[in-house]
This record gives sequence, C-alpha cells and structure tokens, in this order.
Amino acid sequence: MREVVVADNLGKCYGDFRALKGISFTIHEGECFGFLGHNGAGKSTTMRMIYGLSTVDEGRLQIFGQQIRLTSPEIKKLMGIVPQEDNLDPDLKVLENLEVYGGLFGLSRSEARTRGLRLLKLMGLEDKCFAPVESLSGGLKRRLVIARALINDPKLVILDEPTTGLDPQARHLVWQKLRALKNDGVTLVLTTHYMEEATQLCDRLVIMHEGNILAEGSPRELMNRFIRPFVIEVLAPPDSLPSDLSARIIQAGGEILQVIDGLFVYTDDNEIMWHKLLEWGISKNHCFARPTTLEDVFLKLTGDKGDGQWGS
Amino acid sequence: MGIMRVLARHLRVFYRTWQHNVMFNVVEPLLYLSALGFGLGAFVQKIDGMSYLQFIAPGMIAMTSMYAATFECSYGSFVRLHFQKTFHAMLAAPITTNDVVFGELLYGTLKSVLFGTVILVVVTILGQVHSLQALAIPLLLVLNGVVFAVMAITYTALIDNIEFLNYYITLIILPFFLFGGLYFPVNALPAWVQLFNWLNPLYHSVEICRALALGHASAFLWWHVIALAAIGAIILPFPLRLMRRRLIT
Repeated sequence: MREVVVADNLGKCYGDFRALKGISFTIHEGECFGFLGHNGAGKSTTMRMIYGLSTVDEGRLQIFGQQIRLTSPEIKKLMGIVPQEDNLDPDLKVLENLEVYGGLFGLSRSEARTRGLRLLKLMGLEDKCFAPVESLSGGLKRRLVIARALINDPKLVILDEPTTGLDPQARHLVWQKLRALKNDGVTLVLTTHYMEEATQLCDRLVIMHEGNILAEGSPRELMNRFIRPFVIEVLAPPDSLPSDLSARIIQAGGEILQVIDGLFVYTDDNEIMWHKLLEWGISKNHCFARPTTLEDVFLKLTGDKGDGQWGS
Repeated sequence: MGIMRVLARHLRVFYRTWQHNVMFNVVEPLLYLSALGFGLGAFVQKIDGMSYLQFIAPGMIAMTSMYAATFECSYGSFVRLHFQKTFHAMLAAPITTNDVVFGELLYGTLKSVLFGTVILVVVTILGQVHSLQALAIPLLLVLNGVVFAVMAITYTALIDNIEFLNYYITLIILPFFLFGGLYFPVNALPAWVQLFNWLNPLYHSVEICRALALGHASAFLWWHVIALAAIGAIILPFPLRLMRRRLIT
C-alpha cells in the first residue's frame, strides 16, 4: 500500500513551548487515520504542518513521496482541508463559496459550479444554494466546509475536529458522509477528542499527549492491548469506601483507575467482580458495569498524567 | 496565477456591493466640494488665479482614491484576516501568502482607481477640468492606489486589534489629507512641513492631479511620480514578510 504521509521524528516549538516532541507515523493510501488527544496534545500542530500553515523545522515530513518544509501549492492541489474553525466566506452565498473556492484551485467557473452543485447535493444542502452562509446552522456549516474541501477531488482529506460542537444527529450525518468518502478510496486524516468518533471512523489511530504519541493501532487492537474487556464504575466519595478496597480489588485480579468522583475497576469478568464488590459492602446503587471502550484506553494512557491515577 | 484567483474572489464580492460602494464614495467628495468649494470658497480669494472650487476639485480625485485603497486594505483586510479567516481558507488551497497579499493590493488599487475615476468624471461635469491631460489621471491613480494599499496593509499586518486602525487613520492619513495641499497651497506651510510633504504620497498625487486637470503638466511632475513609486517600492517588501509571519507559524 502506498504511503501518503510519512512523519519522522517531527517536532515543533512555538517560542519556549515545545508543542510537538518528535513524533513518527505513517499514513497509507485509502485508510482513515486518526489523531486522538486532549486540546493542546499537538494534533492541530501536526495538521497545520501537513496542510501548509506551519513549517517543518524539526524532523522530516513526506507527503505524496515529496519531502516538505512548507507544503507547496502543487501538493495542496491534491488535498482537501476541513479546518478546526469554520472559515467559510460570509461575503458569499452557499454555492458561491464553492465556486470561488474551486476558482482558487484553477477550476473554470462552469466546472466549479457543476462540482459545487453535485457536492451540495451529496451533503444534503441542495436547497440552500443561494442562502447566506450566516443563515446556516452549525451542522450545515460544517457540511458546507466538508463540501468545500472536496471541490478539487482530493486524494487526501484532512479533518481537524470535524464534528466539534455538533449535535448527535448532525455528527452521525457527517460520519456517514466521511465513511462514503473512504469507500471511494479517499485517504482521510482526522483529529478528534471524541472517542466514539475515532472508533466509528478510524482504521488506525495514534493517541497523543503533550506533544508525544503514546500508542498506535486500530481501535480494537488498542483496546486489546491496553485494557480489560469490562469496567465497573464505582461512583462514590473515596472516604465512604472501605480503606482496603483497592488492595482487595488488585488481589482479586482487577485494575483500578482513580477518577475525580470515584473508582473505575477494570476486570476480565465483570460478574465475579460485581459480586465481590457487593460482598465488600459497596452499594450496588453506586456501581455501574459496562464494556470498555477506547475512552478507557485513552484514560489509562493519559490519565495518570492528567486527572486520574492508575493503580494495579 | 494565484494572485488572479484571489482577485477573482474579491471581485465576486465587489460585484454584489459596488452600487453602494460607488454611492458613498461619490457622496463624500461632493459634500466637501459643496461645503468648502461653494461655502468657504465664497470667502477665499483666488489662489494662483484659480477659484477656490477649482483649486480643491482635483484634490478630491486623489483623496477619494486614497481613501478607497486605505479602507480596503486596512479595515477590509483586517476583517478578512482576523474575523473571517479568509486568508487561512485561501492558504488551504494552492495559494501562497504572497498571492494573498498581492491579491489584496490589486483589489485595493482597483477600487482606488475606479472610485477616483468616478470623481474625475463628476469634477469634469462640474466644469473643473480644463485639459485633455486629465485623461492621464487614472494612470496616476494606479500608482496612488498601490502606494496607499501597500501602506495600509503593512500597518494592518502589524496590529492585533481593529481599534488600532484608528491610529493609522487619525495620525497618518488625516495629516496627509489636511496638509497635503488639497485645501491650501503647501507653500503657505513652514519650510520643514513642506519638506515632510515629500514623504506624503497624497501631496504628490494632488500636485499631479491638479496639474493634469488644468493642463499644466510639466517635466517636474516626474519627480512626484518618482517619489510616489519610491515610497511604494520601499514599503512593499514589509507586508509580504509580515503577512507570512502572521499566517505561517
């Protein structure tokens, strides 16, 4: 499979702040590759370098086989960008936004219009052609930004937090459109802090934290590698729990993540653990059992440096 | 060709609003002309054999051209840079920061020439143009527009808050306008102010406009042209560098 983006020991400083501390990854043609992390983890810095708003000062970055310092117009012709903040042109109507943007790629006016109309239809915006951009809801604006990113038939689409701020319906609709794109063979690069989004869309992803990559793999692989299949959330004030509870859980083969308002107990067998917890005097009103998700992997990997404390 | 693509975007926007744009840009100089030319002019003796109205009319052309380029490349560019993120959006397409800056300059210059020429027509209708030499005025307006566009976008690239544009308008443009020989001959000013006026692009444009409108063109006008071109050429590298630093991190 062809490599579309190859980063080797990529670093970035803004003044004294080291936003990116030497990360390496490879993105293959046709896959959806995710960057998962808190705000400030370095995801957007990485994206900006790929799409040409930041220079590569440290390490190496290859896009479509070409080594870059600042992504050139020739490479940008092959990319579509969905930036973190909607920067639609409020001076232009919906369809005009696409026509003018197509013009920036050198499309003729009629070609840009044809493609624009097709994309508006694809994104379910065909009845908004002549609406002012400002009249669109957040979800519709996001869809228009995605349509705009597709005007040049890109081989690589970069989506920097594509669904932040959208309601669940709008988010699912955007996901459906992105899956359709992937099925057409377009390579997708996605940043998000929604675990569900990453699980739904990404073939492979990296978990980023404070400018580093902590882990890489498919959502399933990461879950298998880092986390037990089940978790029981014990949501009760720590001082109301037996003082030797942690020791008992660990002795029974569980793992513990301390969160702000309680404990997450990770286990291979939630039924056995559930009964033990009740035996040890925990009220079942305080317990909630569920299968683990990517979010638990994320908490485990980033938690002990952030809000939670990990113990086993 | 990136520059022309950026300009195409601006023209698309202009196409939507040009009627209002032209309206307001015509009204302002007409207000000045009527209040000062007819009102104040009644109390003012002839200047170099010209009526006061005749003296100030050619300056209105240069003034309109100055304001058109200035506002487009200050408030207009600031809004596109900071509020609308238009430049960021363009940079995600095959467009460079130089394309963006030159596109802004071209647009500012185009408006400058267009609105200045409209005033030229108005002043001609009012009977204040006496020579075919005035046909060269739009050419001068190209230069005038470029210089004021370059100055405005340079200042815009330097500031972070739109309020700071007021300093530019009040401390730079307004003195240009008041002391640039529009309303009284510059030789009424102290010698050192006259010297300063060589750094005032509007002074040069007003001198050229007046000479052309009255048919007094002389070889000395080339010094004004050279001064204008020099001011523009010296400042031009700065906005290119400043905008790049602002947009590419």
